[in-house]
Amino acid sequence: MIVAVTGVILILFVIGHLLGNLQIFLGPAWINGYAEHLRELGPLLWIIRAILLIDVLAHIYYTVRLAIENRRARPESYRRKDVVKASFASRHMVISGMILLAFIVFHLLQFSIRAIDPRFAALPHDPLGHYDVYSMMVLGFTSPLVSGFYILAMFLLALHLSHGSSSFFQSLGLNNKNLTPRLASAGRVFAWLLFVGYSSIPAAVLLGWVHLRSHS
Amino acid sequence: MIGSLESKTPDGPLPEKWRKHQNNSKLVAPNNRRRFEIIIVGTGLAGGSAAATLGEQGYNVKSFCYQDSARRAHSIAAQGGINAAKNYPNDGDSVYRLFYDTIKGGDFRSREANVYRLAEVANLIIDQCVEQGVPFAREYGGLLANRSFGGAQVSRTFYARGQTGQQLLLGAYQALSRQVAAGTVRMFPQTEMLDLVLVEGHAKGIITRNLVTGKIEAHAADAVVLASGGYGNVFYLSTNARGCNVTATYRAYKKGALFANPCYTQIHPTCIPVSGQHQSKLTLMSESLRNDGRVWVPKKEHDRRSPNEIPDSERDYYLERKYPSFGNLSPRDISSRAAKEVCDEGRGVGETGRGVYLDFKDAIGRLGENTIRERYGNLFDIYERITGEDAYEKPMRIYPAVHYTMGGLWVDYNLMSNLPGLHVIGEANFSDHGANRLGASALMQGLADGYFVLPYTLPNYLAGQIGKRPAADHPDFKKAEGEVRARIKHMLDIDGTRSVDSFHRELGLLLWDKCGMARNAAGLQEAIERIPRLRQEFWSPNGGVSVLGNGETFNQSLERAGRVADFLEFGELMCRDALARDESCGAHFREEHQTGEGEALRDDEKFADVFAWEYQGNGKSAEPILHREPLVFDSVHLAQRSYK
Amino acid sequence: MNFKLKIWRQPSAASKGELRRYEIEKISANTSFLEMLDILNEQLIKSGEEPVAFDSDCREGICGTCSLTINGEAHGPAHPAAACQLYMRQFKDGETITVEPFRVRSFPIIKDLVINRGALDRIVQAGGFISARTGSAPEANSTPIPKHNSDLAMEAAACIGCGACAAACPNASAMLFTSAKISHLALLPQGQAERSRRVLGMVRQMDAEGFGNCTNTYECEAVCPAEISASFIAKMNREYAIASLRDRLGE
Repeated sequence: MIVAVTGVILILFVIGHLLGNLQIFLGPAWINGYAEHLRELGPLLWIIRAILLIDVLAHIYYTVRLAIENRRARPESYRRKDVVKASFASRHMVISGMILLAFIVFHLLQFSIRAIDPRFAALPHDPLGHYDVYSMMVLGFTSPLVSGFYILAMFLLALHLSHGSSSFFQSLGLNNKNLTPRLASAGRVFAWLLFVGYSSIPAAVLLGWVHLRSHS
Repeated sequence: MIGSLESKTPDGPLPEKWRKHQNNSKLVAPNNRRRFEIIIVGTGLAGGSAAATLGEQGYNVKSFCYQDSARRAHSIAAQGGINAAKNYPNDGDSVYRLFYDTIKGGDFRSREANVYRLAEVANLIIDQCVEQGVPFAREYGGLLANRSFGGAQVSRTFYARGQTGQQLLLGAYQALSRQVAAGTVRMFPQTEMLDLVLVEGHAKGIITRNLVTGKIEAHAADAVVLASGGYGNVFYLSTNARGCNVTATYRAYKKGALFANPCYTQIHPTCIPVSGQHQSKLTLMSESLRNDGRVWVPKKEHDRRSPNEIPDSERDYYLERKYPSFGNLSPRDISSRAAKEVCDEGRGVGETGRGVYLDFKDAIGRLGENTIRERYGNLFDIYERITGEDAYEKPMRIYPAVHYTMGGLWVDYNLMSNLPGLHVIGEANFSDHGANRLGASALMQGLADGYFVLPYTLPNYLAGQIGKRPAADHPDFKKAEGEVRARIKHMLDIDGTRSVDSFHRELGLLLWDKCGMARNAAGLQEAIERIPRLRQEFWSPNGGVSVLGNGETFNQSLERAGRVADFLEFGELMCRDALARDESCGAHFREEHQTGEGEALRDDEKFADVFAWEYQGNGKSAEPILHREPLVFDSVHLAQRSYK
Repeated sequence: MNFKLKIWRQPSAASKGELRRYEIEKISANTSFLEMLDILNEQLIKSGEEPVAFDSDCREGICGTCSLTINGEAHGPAHPAAACQLYMRQFKDGETITVEPFRVRSFPIIKDLVINRGALDRIVQAGGFISARTGSAPEANSTPIPKHNSDLAMEAAACIGCGACAAACPNASAMLFTSAKISHLALLPQGQAERSRRVLGMVRQMDAEGFGNCTNTYECEAVCPAEISASFIAKMNREYAIASLRDRLGE
């Protein structure tokens, strides 16, 4: 249940984060302005960050604890085990989650702490005096390696959520026999829409649709 | 020697008897109940409900079953429903009518007072089960639904899909679980009773084997209740579960309890036929199929053509031919015997030649496949799952199978056997169904005995027994324990060559042939000759039974060997009873006694009795002694059944 | 038909088990899977090897005794069906068939393919009942129950208690079993008085027995011979959430 509730908060974050990021297609002014708005929240931003951090930690802690219990519940494994209905995603939540964690760490180092790419810290403010998030993203995703890892991680995120985004209804007891298959389909659609949304940014950068603009 | 065969039926008008008996019965005060230990063997509808109720009343109950959980007792397999004279459909039903239908269905071979009591408490059962959460079928108005069943002109059958037995058993099992949690009932699953212990003539305990550890244990109690079900598996193939056996009741018989009417065994006409030598089980198909199916066999003997290639002119619709007015809906016993006859003539169908066609082609033509699918879809599915054949395309094959046994240990009105302290309930006793049981009344009897009869009658015995429980290391227990151990050792030491099942199959085939749907003196005598020989072979080191493994671990061969050894003795008793009952009645059909139309011909002058057998040993010189309890009919007129 | 069999043999709970190979020939397609094992056992007895221990009783899919994992699927490939309702025509001639017990820590192996499912009984004992004293019940028709609720309760009550849900679950969770009983009784007016107590008691016992947790893979409902829907698990989660909240609030 805790896993479900913490998961829901993370889903909400992922939606919000995507909506913010997609502003890159509207040009530097939009996205940099958006980033500035976030910064202007001041202490509130830190509270949100703290909540998200605690939430992620709780999500991971309880999942791992459950996973350990689950392993203990079957000490001797089947010599042959065939799957009848369980989806690939549902059976690999822990591993997809673990890789996502690694990604999140990298992602934070890259864009928030700006420890990966020295160019990020050196970027001047944009003409309006905001952080130049736009250029940061474009610079970051010009590297096929970074983009590749980003897209892979988004794939795993989608996989994770293709199960997780409908699964929480079940865990919280919010569905019934008729609703369950519909929620499952909706969950899958939602997850892959997220994938398309997130991946569109590095893809657009790589394809040159979104490129650096000079501050003229 | 046995006590008297006194039924202890209270006097007075029939409808007053039970009330009167309850008022005159002894009571055990609540604070004294916890001083009593009650052993209950079996956790089906009868045993489960009795254990739950007695535990709830404050007795210390020990409940035993061979299954790994009390919930798996074979009552679970009953499909049809449970009767009660609630008269919800407003079609004129009453306790008296339920009583009359039941006693008539039993062909007037049961005790009036017992049957009346059964009909009376049936209504309480429905109330009780609904309160426990049994999800009986309901109408849109939210009230309980009823359907009709064979042998009655009113709708009085309550049902829960096709799983009424399961749902009623789960109700009893849940009530039992509640008592286990409360500490009044102690469960002993996977524990088989192997002997009854008598101390000074009273049943005071049992010897059991823990099927997992092999441990032999003595359990002492103030009274013993057997609720161990019927003996249909003596025929090897039956609709019973694989584990069903006669051991508990047969052991009690060997200790002096009388076995009543063992020859009353019910055959169900519409089962899926045997498909090969290694079949382990027969599956029942609802009789309702006969409403739309036509029964036939080829006119020619050994006609191996596929059924659809046989033209109508070469088919013998024998039920329509022999019984024009009832046709395919002729009663169970008549249609069963007719099927046997045509198969005996070599006109049976299917791989083994033991089967007849039940054809829906005309009905599909008349009503359309969809209507048939709506009515019987699930049955057609079961059929296809088992046989791999599509009954919409090709006629079904059916054959009769053993289904229920009306005989059992003799009990009086208190449900106590002739051995003081030994009570017998449910299918294990002989009491309420006479020579034939009506549909939807087995569940009714099991629950009546367990919830509403035994808890009132048991104190009649217990009241005088305070402080008389022996210790489990009493010499009589030690002796019985020693005998059980010796018998197990003997079985393991035979070291023969044949499997337990091969003996069981052979016995079953013999009994099915000689003591099945139709019996005659010559055949029964032959069986009485042959069974002891088979028994001898079983125990012989040359070609006898092979039981591998040891007695100290989980050993399924050993479990079965013990049960089959008892069947090998019991089968003979069954044939003796069938031979002695020189009349036809209900499910017991002696070919020598039939009307011109092939109906069972009763002989009320000579045989309106319960036959109760007393064990005398297994030797030739030691035939069991027959005791008779005359049946007195004050309220009903003994009529000839007629289905013309 | 001929088959190669790989069957789990384990002499006792304490000993180590292994898959042993057997071959069986001339089996009719109409033989049930368990009858095929009966025939194998006859062969083994003839050759002096102890027969394979496996559980079965009614052999028509209602008692819930049989408990085999066949080719990696609980009750074998013929869903929805118990192992006893599986027929050899389901398999290809010459096929290798792997037979293992239900593997769940809370169902310890007794011997070969036989397991101990006492844990399920203990879950029911922890509250899976309605306390209705014998003889105290009101007239059966005094409480009408909407047909829809009654039918839904019946769907949940159809559980045969075989434990295939836990056997198939990647986490060996017994949620489907537990939720079916909780839902059955929670859906009926008679079950209301003990509703909270029941769900708290049974879930606590389920956890204490060492079953795993539900991760909503729905593998359980896919193998359930009684076609119990996993939506009852959602219902149980809801019941549990409400009951524990009320419990914490001191109600």
